Amino acid sequence: MKNRLCRVLVLGAAAIGMMAGSALAETELRITWYNDGNEGEVMRGILDRYEAANPDVKVTLDVVPYKAILESLPVQLAAGEGPDLARVTDLGGLSEHYMDLTPHISDPAYWETNFGPFLKWLRGSGDDKGISGFMTQLTVTGPYVNKTLFEQAGVALPGEGATWDDWAKAVREVSTKLDIPIPMAWDRSGHRVSGPAISMGAKMFDANGDPALVDDGLKAMAGKLYDWHQDGTMPKELWGSVSGSQYLGANEDFANANVAMYMSGSWQIPQFADKIGDAFDWWAVPAPCGPAACTGMPGGAALVALKTSEHPEEVGKLMDYLSSEEVLNEFYGKTLFIPGHLGLAANGVEFQTDDPRAKHALETFAAAVPGISPTAFDLQGYVYNRVMFNALISRLGEAIVGELTLDEAYDRMTQDIEQQIAEKKRGD
Amino acid sequence: MAHETPVHSDDLSLGDRLNAVAAWPVRVLFGLLDTPFRALQRLLGIGRMPYIFLLPNLAFFGIFVIVPLIINFAFSVTGGDELFLSERPYVGGEQYSYLADCGSYLDPQSCREDRFWRGIYNTVVFVFFQVAFMVLFSLVTALILNREIRGRGFFRAAFFFPVLLSPVVVALIWKWILLRDGVLNAGLTSIGLDRILFFVDPTWSMFWAIFVSIWAHMGFYTLILLAGLQAIPPDLYEAAEMDGTRRERVFWRITLPLLWPNLLVVVVLALIKAVQIFDEVFVLTGGGPGTATQFIVQYIYTTGFANQVQNFGLAAAASVVLGVVLFVLTLVQLAASRRKEDG
Repeated sequence: MKNRLCRVLVLGAAAIGMMAGSALAETELRITWYNDGNEGEVMRGILDRYEAANPDVKVTLDVVPYKAILESLPVQLAAGEGPDLARVTDLGGLSEHYMDLTPHISDPAYWETNFGPFLKWLRGSGDDKGISGFMTQLTVTGPYVNKTLFEQAGVALPGEGATWDDWAKAVREVSTKLDIPIPMAWDRSGHRVSGPAISMGAKMFDANGDPALVDDGLKAMAGKLYDWHQDGTMPKELWGSVSGSQYLGANEDFANANVAMYMSGSWQIPQFADKIGDAFDWWAVPAPCGPAACTGMPGGAALVALKTSEHPEEVGKLMDYLSSEEVLNEFYGKTLFIPGHLGLAANGVEFQTDDPRAKHALETFAAAVPGISPTAFDLQGYVYNRVMFNALISRLGEAIVGELTLDEAYDRMTQDIEQQIAEKKRGD
Repeated sequence: MAHETPVHSDDLSLGDRLNAVAAWPVRVLFGLLDTPFRALQRLLGIGRMPYIFLLPNLAFFGIFVIVPLIINFAFSVTGGDELFLSERPYVGGEQYSYLADCGSYLDPQSCREDRFWRGIYNTVVFVFFQVAFMVLFSLVTALILNREIRGRGFFRAAFFFPVLLSPVVVALIWKWILLRDGVLNAGLTSIGLDRILFFVDPTWSMFWAIFVSIWAHMGFYTLILLAGLQAIPPDLYEAAEMDGTRRERVFWRITLPLLWPNLLVVVVLALIKAVQIFDEVFVLTGGGPGTATQFIVQYIYTTGFANQVQNFGLAAAASVVLGVVLFVLTLVQLAASRRKEDG
């Protein structure tokens, strides 16, 4: 009896020891992630396959609201308590927290070849040559129109080369004829305004490469936005109803056919394909023109490795897998995201949709990429671009509701940018 | 002298036995603590023993209140965007002078940090109206609920129910009611009126911020006042009735003076809570339109956390200013209650 008890105890202890051993052998990698559409689901499927092939690694996808990516993640990273990887949109702004994957990935040349222009966006300064991640999606800002409303109103869609004024006139006509509440809506985002402002001639930087947001080009576009809010072309609910740099989108109003023209970007495609379906013809149109260009803003989200990781080797191996052409082809194809991989962009991704509207939108945005202004690329790659975007929307919003005049708003924009960058530099 | 009758275990009821079992661990614990406390008392003397009992609470208060206050103040005299104090440069009172740099304190536009001053002015307006109406409505509701009316229990519960809701839930409920396609606008259009875009108009936004805040918290203050009303001896009212005193006079001469301590608590609590307003209004109006409902706490949050360059120093300086205001309000409460006690 006593012997049996001893044997049971020894076997039990051995079993616990083995379990503890296998638990110790398992490396857990955590990814902080946000979703625009189905990308979390697609990524989870890909990670499941990776885990099956690498049983010693467990990858946890922590899905958080986008606001947490913008506001909580930077604090976490500054405190040294971040995850192993994260999907971020403040590409250059968080660069000081990125891990250089170069020693941990199998073929750095593959990364340079296929992600080269976007790697620059992730680098903090000119002498930084590190490789820290890849674009999970490349985005281009641009407008969507409710083509069905235009057809019902008997108003022709302005063609290639049409200006913002041409579009404003057309959407007002549609709205008047059909009693549509919102002729035109723009996301409340500095990123959205910047493309049209550059089209109007905004340079964004001075000769030394320092930010110079307010110039005649920006004033021309900001003035139009201001006027459209006063004459009812645009609703004050987006730009006027909240304070500061808070983001507001009109995607739901557009999906409910309350908007004739909606200035947003390529990331809305999966959502519109899912929500609107064939309820009406939602159509992406080329970026309207100004005297200087017909450009949108590039942008997107990147999956980056973080310095806070205690498993750089495993992170490198995972990133090798996720960035492979085969995996990314599947990821972009299922998520309907414009590829941030030059090889796939050149060869074409097979997007998994039968929706002609989604296909047309993807073609339209992909075709816009070569025409994007170099100024727009510079702005996207600028480390403090969010400081500029935030100053632009918050002060323009205050002007739109009448708290400031436009001239006061321009002065405040410049002051906000100078003050925040000076504060940042004071800590360096 | 009372005689203790010996109790036999057979005479104990089930309740007594359960109590005896439940008391056993307490007796054991007291037995264990007895020796060290006696030793401490011998060592320190009886006069110092209260401090030993206060120590756990003081330690808790120190760690979670005093230390954060000191850290906050330390942040307010540093600059940059680093998180750790050791990596932040000392800037002295620069953050405070930046906040105070104004052409005229009555015109936020003349101030360097105009949003801070707009936050202050908005908070003053909000506090004034919110506290005044909160106290008024709570008092009226408590007076009504203190009377013998039908369904009194139901109404007491109904008025208290919003207090149980999370501020975010409260704000989202009202947001869905007030939006362009919300319930209220649907009602207005159904009777042939035009829609009102409540969140685009500064006056309407401030009105709804105050209204929703009162709706959400009134039940709590009503309960305090109701407790005060029920503590007033009924014979005072009976005597007044026998004397034929008019109702208004009874209210001003009996109810209000005897309710004063509760009323003071309500005013001070409502004041402090109103100055700290953030979550409900942030979800409801987002601080807009423009900065019309952006209050001081939202300014602190935005400056410290929502901007790309997280300016912890400036946010901490604004927090210190807010802390001073709250401290002054508390002193006013203490002074007022002391004056009342002194007659």
